[in-house]
Amino acid sequence: MKTRLAISTLLLMSSMAAQAEPGSRLWATGGVTTIEGSAGGGLVPMAVLSGYASDTEWGGSVALSHAPVDDYTLDVMAASLNYHNRIELSVARQTLDLDTLGAALNQDDLQQDIFSAKIRLYGDVLYNRFGQWSLGIQHKRNRTFDVPSAVGAKDDSGTDVYLAGSKVFLSALFDRNILVNGLVRGTKANQGGLLGFGGDRNNSYEAVFEGSAGLFFNRSWLAGVEYRQKPDNLGFAEEDDWYDVFVAWVPSRSLSVTAAWVNLGSVAGLDDQQGAYLSIQGSF
Amino acid sequence: MLVMLFALLIGYHPAPAAEKASLYEALGERQGIATIVEDMLYRIVDDPRIAKQFKGVDIAQLHQHLTDQVCNISGGPCAYTGRDMREAHTGLDISETGFNALVEDLILAMEKNDIPVGAQNELLSLLAPMHGDIVGH
Repeated sequence: MKTRLAISTLLLMSSMAAQAEPGSRLWATGGVTTIEGSAGGGLVPMAVLSGYASDTEWGGSVALSHAPVDDYTLDVMAASLNYHNRIELSVARQTLDLDTLGAALNQDDLQQDIFSAKIRLYGDVLYNRFGQWSLGIQHKRNRTFDVPSAVGAKDDSGTDVYLAGSKVFLSALFDRNILVNGLVRGTKANQGGLLGFGGDRNNSYEAVFEGSAGLFFNRSWLAGVEYRQKPDNLGFAEEDDWYDVFVAWVPSRSLSVTAAWVNLGSVAGLDDQQGAYLSIQGSF
Repeated sequence: MLVMLFALLIGYHPAPAAEKASLYEALGERQGIATIVEDMLYRIVDDPRIAKQFKGVDIAQLHQHLTDQVCNISGGPCAYTGRDMREAHTGLDISETGFNALVEDLILAMEKNDIPVGAQNELLSLLAPMHGDIVGH
């Protein structure tokens, strides 16, 4: 079922890629699709809106992401719409396969759905000297709550709110363009929400910082790093911040491929979860 | 790549290298710039997003003004004699879409003329601040 859905999504993406140019914003300025479905990098959202719609256009994106780390495998399907480069609406389904713990917990995977909106408040990532600023909201609903509940999570749904600022500095380093992005998020999510919301140790909103930076080698190759601070609400196990190093290839507005090495730290008692991350995105 | 990232993290700014070709030279001096602008204008009049904004415009004069402007801004020995950007675009109600389309046409024209990525970026960084004077008036 999952494979069939993935294949049909890919077919949809390739048929859209065959269509006319998606929108007028410059190449790569729509970012790629994060694991939560919002436009950004891999783990960290950005102030940019998905796809390439400019102020008289609409567009969007679909994406598949896959991250096999040491004891878990994360899969994400996501889709988004962008209206006039003003508002982005997105949906994502995350599935975390419990490769190592599954048998002991009698649960194959953890799943959640994420419904998000992002509004561009001010600016432009390329042309405004103060960059682009956006406010985002992500409503997350667990589809599997037995495990999160058993380890002390208080709620099976939660809502993150974030303020993000992004700017591309043209010709900033060795004549190359640099992307800098930072955001503050208010969240109660445990491991992004896959382990529920709130916990025995802390059940209130916490402000966390996330940031990313990248260097454009040219208009289709970008490499960079991401950092995502996380709360630590559950007493049963430590929760660590996330890091990754990524390379993104944006051969056209229709297609992007992102590869990364992610370090998710300790997840549900299993330490040092590292692995590859691969994401493919089609824009329309 | 790691060296670049490291340099990025510690905020390294490369010293202006005197031996490096100036932007004006990298763009092929006035003749090269004239060719880039010509290729850009061919793209623009064929670009359904913005072609009609250029209907009735004296293209030969526009070509000369834009060539002088790029020549001047890139450090070349040219004087720009056209109107200032704000005045020239007032009443046209240029959209973000139109601005993006023109920048795309410029980049593709530079690529066609094999302008190095670094010089392209440098020119765009000099033109980007004009956005506020061009869009939405």
